[in-house]
Amino acid sequence: MSTSIEDHAPHQSGGDVAIGVVKQFRRLWQGDSGLGPILIGLFALVIYFQIRNSVFLSAGNITNLFIQSTIFILLGMAEIWVLLMGDIDLSIGFSAGIGGAIAVILTSSQHHWPFWIALPLALVGCTIISIIFGTIVIRLRLPSFIVTLAGQIGLAGVLLFLIDSQGNSGGSLPVQEKVLYNLVNGNFTPVTTWIMIMAAVGLLSLFILRSDRRRRAAGLGDKPFWLAIVKVVLLIGAGIGLALIFNTNRSTFTTLNGMPFAIPIDVGVLAVGTYILTKTKIGRYIYAIGGNSEAARRAGINVNRYRLMAFAFSGFTTGVAGLLYVSRLNGISTGIEGGTYVLYAVAAAVIGGTSLFGGRGKMIHAVIGGLVIAIIDNGMALINVSASGLEMVTALVLLAAVVVDALARRGSTANG
Amino acid sequence: MTTTPEPPVRDVSDMTSAPPGGSGVRVVDGDHLLSLRAITKDFGPVQALKRVDLDIPAGQVTALIGDNGAGKSVLIKTISGIYPPSSGQIFWKSREVHAHAPRDSSELGIATVYQDLALCDNLDIVQNMYLGREETKFGQLDEIKMELATKDLLKDLAVSTVKSVRQLVSSLSGGQRQAIAVARAVMRDSELVIMDEPTAALGVSQTAQVLQLVRRLADRGIAVILISHNLNDVFSVADRIAVMHLGTLVSQGPISNYDTASAVEMITTGASSRVPSTPPVVN
Repeated sequence: MSTSIEDHAPHQSGGDVAIGVVKQFRRLWQGDSGLGPILIGLFALVIYFQIRNSVFLSAGNITNLFIQSTIFILLGMAEIWVLLMGDIDLSIGFSAGIGGAIAVILTSSQHHWPFWIALPLALVGCTIISIIFGTIVIRLRLPSFIVTLAGQIGLAGVLLFLIDSQGNSGGSLPVQEKVLYNLVNGNFTPVTTWIMIMAAVGLLSLFILRSDRRRRAAGLGDKPFWLAIVKVVLLIGAGIGLALIFNTNRSTFTTLNGMPFAIPIDVGVLAVGTYILTKTKIGRYIYAIGGNSEAARRAGINVNRYRLMAFAFSGFTTGVAGLLYVSRLNGISTGIEGGTYVLYAVAAAVIGGTSLFGGRGKMIHAVIGGLVIAIIDNGMALINVSASGLEMVTALVLLAAVVVDALARRGSTANG
Repeated sequence: MTTTPEPPVRDVSDMTSAPPGGSGVRVVDGDHLLSLRAITKDFGPVQALKRVDLDIPAGQVTALIGDNGAGKSVLIKTISGIYPPSSGQIFWKSREVHAHAPRDSSELGIATVYQDLALCDNLDIVQNMYLGREETKFGQLDEIKMELATKDLLKDLAVSTVKSVRQLVSSLSGGQRQAIAVARAVMRDSELVIMDEPTAALGVSQTAQVLQLVRRLADRGIAVILISHNLNDVFSVADRIAVMHLGTLVSQGPISNYDTASAVEMITTGASSRVPSTPPVVN
């Protein structure tokens, strides 16, 4: 009986490399990341819209796409924290609205709070809201769906109250503070854009290469070295491409270029969330609880504590989404569709590949899903499709994502 | 093998313990890892265990056999701290202990592998092995250390059928999952591993693999209590047999005292014409 826990041979022949490529591709397609099908879908959408209207891939429109997708991405990431445990939070749409309203009201000309107090307070407010609902769900062992549905209705009322409390507002409050306004509407200079993007790319490449070297040094080189190199090359290429796109002038009348402030905010939330989920005990336990909470409990994990933590992280991310929302719309109004935003957030997470049943999902899923939703939104507008068509196509994409994901997963268990 | 983890020095000072022989008669000798004396468990009017005396030596496989409802499950749940006994004493390494919760018994070094195995399907083998006691470096999970230790341990236990320790548990067969659950108990420096029907849902070759694994645990000096309905398994792997019948332990002794016919007779009737039953210890 030979042991088959083996390491790959240190040097591979040409045929082995070819097999390795196929293996890595299959892994990408149906493996743990499961991003294959949706990335292909995303490229198909991009190509289709570009053929129909050449404006689609213009630098200005691509930057616009990132801004449009921000709200879906951030709310999607907030939702993923709770989806990972098999829970759902329907209240985060209005919670984001309340966070935004807190920031708008505190920084208004009436109250004059400095942004560095008002903005963190908005984040704290959203975190507390999620902790309250999380506590009710966990302590009273109630289904999160119903508790947060009540939360959605209640928070809509709270938001109305907040806006109406500011006197004769006419149902909407404008952003009157520069930093809050600039979160989405401000841009870095082209030079800073280059420096920031290249610094991020360099840092990430360093992490990839270092972890590959460490595994190899420990005798765990089960992934070929060229895979790390390919990742780094793709990363550098993407970085240069993004920098060039952001630094192209987007306005016909004046000069408008540079990376919007919103982009590093998105990337920062993504990076922190991914770090917590993959590199810390907290993340490991959140996955374990989502996979089999009884097993987690028997392993000595304080299940309730980690569930509540996930709600808190979700709330904080919701707060960031709220700030960017009011910044983009230059104010907060009673007309905010908090209920619809939540469902788009869930859709973004699921389109990206996160499971509704818990235990499976990544922060990057919200980014890809959010981009897909924004691309459909943006592309359909460019080719003059009516709102009715837009919603039907979004529905089809959501359905297709779930179907493809289910089929790919079935394939992986059959092969694995 | 260099990878065998050194048994840590266990601090049992926080457990309620009585010095051996401190209070009156010394009732156990030092040879046994675990000794039960006159353990009784009542559920209301129902007496599930009646004055059970059982000795478990280290490094041996003790098969606990008996018909459905004989009290096997209640007995192992008593040992693993899920049901505190109504009366009687439990001695661990000749010191009396009171395990009131699963945590107490696992701190002593008792691991129970239940039929449902308690693994997370969405995590890989390494992640399951270390669940709840991850190795960290500067607050960050030390994946390399955990992966190497897992590989070494599986190699040590000759669990050779898994392709990669980074495989998700959902992709494993029943026998492999059983092996991972057992290996996890070993990794936690358990000195007594209780296995509830480990081969019940397995095919022939997987059963053989699990039984080999049970044997290797005993060879490492670990005491094993094996609950099984399958007498073939029992006679192929056990060193000792303990037979339960209607809540009493009717017989225990080295496997050479028994054969299949006498074992079946005792399981069904509680006595055998051929093997003298062990009289209950009277204090």
